[in-house]
Amino acid sequence: MWTDVLLILDATLRISVPFVLAAMGGIFAERSGVIDFGLEGKMLGGAFVAATVAHWTQSAWWGLLGAIGIGIIFSMMHGYASVSKRGNQVVSCVAINIFAMGLTVVLANAWFHMGGKTPQLPREARFMSIDLPFAEELRNFPIIGEIYYELISGHNALVYIAFIAVPFTAWVVFKSSFGLRLRATGENPLAVDTTGISVNKTRYQALILNGILGGMSGAYLSTAHLAFFVKDMSAGKGYIALAAMIVGKWRPYPAMFACLLFSFLFAIKDKPEIFDLLKGIFPVKLLNSFLDMSPYILTIIFLAGFVGRAVAPKAIGQPFSKEK
Amino acid sequence: MKKLLSTLLLAGVVLWSASQAMAFKPAVVFDMGGKFDKSFNEGIWNGLEKFRKESGIKYREFEVQQEAQREQFLRKLAKRGSDPIIAVGFGQAAALSKVAKEFPNTRFSIIDMVVDLPNVQSIIFKEHEGSFLVGALAALKSGTGKVGFVGGMDIPLIHKFACGYVQGVKYINSNTTVFQKMTGTTPAAWSDPARGAELAKTMFDSGADIVYAAAGSTGLGVLQAAADNKKLSIGVDSNQNYIQPGSVLTSMLKRVDVAAYEVFKTAHDGSWKPGFKILGLAEDGVGWALDEHNAKLVTSAMKSKVEQVRKDILSGAIKVHDYMSDNKCPVQ
Repeated sequence: MWTDVLLILDATLRISVPFVLAAMGGIFAERSGVIDFGLEGKMLGGAFVAATVAHWTQSAWWGLLGAIGIGIIFSMMHGYASVSKRGNQVVSCVAINIFAMGLTVVLANAWFHMGGKTPQLPREARFMSIDLPFAEELRNFPIIGEIYYELISGHNALVYIAFIAVPFTAWVVFKSSFGLRLRATGENPLAVDTTGISVNKTRYQALILNGILGGMSGAYLSTAHLAFFVKDMSAGKGYIALAAMIVGKWRPYPAMFACLLFSFLFAIKDKPEIFDLLKGIFPVKLLNSFLDMSPYILTIIFLAGFVGRAVAPKAIGQPFSKEK
Repeated sequence: MKKLLSTLLLAGVVLWSASQAMAFKPAVVFDMGGKFDKSFNEGIWNGLEKFRKESGIKYREFEVQQEAQREQFLRKLAKRGSDPIIAVGFGQAAALSKVAKEFPNTRFSIIDMVVDLPNVQSIIFKEHEGSFLVGALAALKSGTGKVGFVGGMDIPLIHKFACGYVQGVKYINSNTTVFQKMTGTTPAAWSDPARGAELAKTMFDSGADIVYAAAGSTGLGVLQAAADNKKLSIGVDSNQNYIQPGSVLTSMLKRVDVAAYEVFKTAHDGSWKPGFKILGLAEDGVGWALDEHNAKLVTSAMKSKVEQVRKDILSGAIKVHDYMSDNKCPVQ
């Protein structure tokens, strides 16, 4: 039973990584007042570019860099349309998602002729699991050793990067002077403007950070968790990350816990033993569907204000104009 | 003069359209997943390409991206005089039954589903027989006494695969445990390899050593997880043994390529018939794949046992239950 618990938590961590990275990216954008629906597109684009560059260079790190690059390009496109040109932010995001869906498949087909799939990456060109020091020795040490061996050690580099990104985001948003400008831009851009700080510049800076994290979340899918890109492989994960960010009330740590909670629900659903246990209590069909929709139900509950109040940054979705 | 010209023009148009109607203009509507899904749609495409190369006759094609497009594309093709038209996949049944009524003189074939109309040929497979064989092989190969099944979208057709597989496993060893999971309840379940990998990994952690994937490109994640965890997987639809050589135990073959090829060929030579066409082991419509990539995994004893099972199914000594006949599976 204890091992099962550890295995479920281990699976929770693996599933949560793309959610955590994308949610942190979302926090940067939305805290600055720019809606980011486009996480799904950045994730998909990142997954494709990471797999492609890793295939060409045979290096996962170059792939990661490529994914970050496409993430930034997408968020700059979003920035140009919705910050500089003051377009509708939601429309721009939807455009990015559709653009990413089409572009990845077309390019993959043109370059590799495998119908939107990229070539299988060898182990050397992927992020493989890293065994932390003393993991083997501590393995039989009760509880702490087991947790260290099963849960903390033996993940790939991007898993660790994702969970470092959370305190990093928290520090930048709440402790740095850039974070102060960022939050002020999202709450009251006019006040920020009167102090002589450029609202649009701050929003672009936030979008760069957003692109980096969004692209990385895709690289995890195609070069760490799996070893190839296939059409539509993000399968709605960007939207779940967005939901987690809202449930976490645009704060890094609560958003991370929301990601972990959603992933935990997936993990227990997968586990045959747990499922058999629950099957005795609930009808199977209902249980499956309920667990599938749980992230969205939770989001609605939180948005409706049943569990505390989820207050979005005040100026979210409004393009800034001095003349107003 | 003017009148003569217009008459000539009209005659020309009539002649041209008549010749167009006479010409053999086959067409196909691929389903979601696309023609290069390394699985079901790609199998169809292979069969049609074979026909094109042999006969030199080109065919029109559409790839459905959204559910609403199925009806649009089928109607568009029928309007332009394409005949025969292949509708690929169970998902097109509703659209086809509408469009086939509007164009009673066009010949339609649907693969993987039944549409009962006078101008429609329904081609279905006995997936339960093929799955029974790979299930038997999995039970023979398993060292832990536990095997798994990952399905795509939760629909009766995928339960048919699962049920045949479980029956095959239990036929060899009734004590073997089979873990079964469906990826989801929406079409996104066909294209989520990350979930597929996670489902397979969980089954491996619970002691399974072979997992059978019937889940479109989600299955590619299952194959990847098996290779990463040094376990075995079973592919589906086309021969997927080459995708992760040495870690794919076998693939359950569904000869959709043969079926699609036959549609064009019979329509071309005039022997096409509406009605049902059920392809099972006896018609070589389903089977299991043995090639250089999995030769080392399958011992000659296993091979002869599976062949024996195949013969027993053909002779009727083994009866494989079809889940879709009563939406029930006798074993779990």
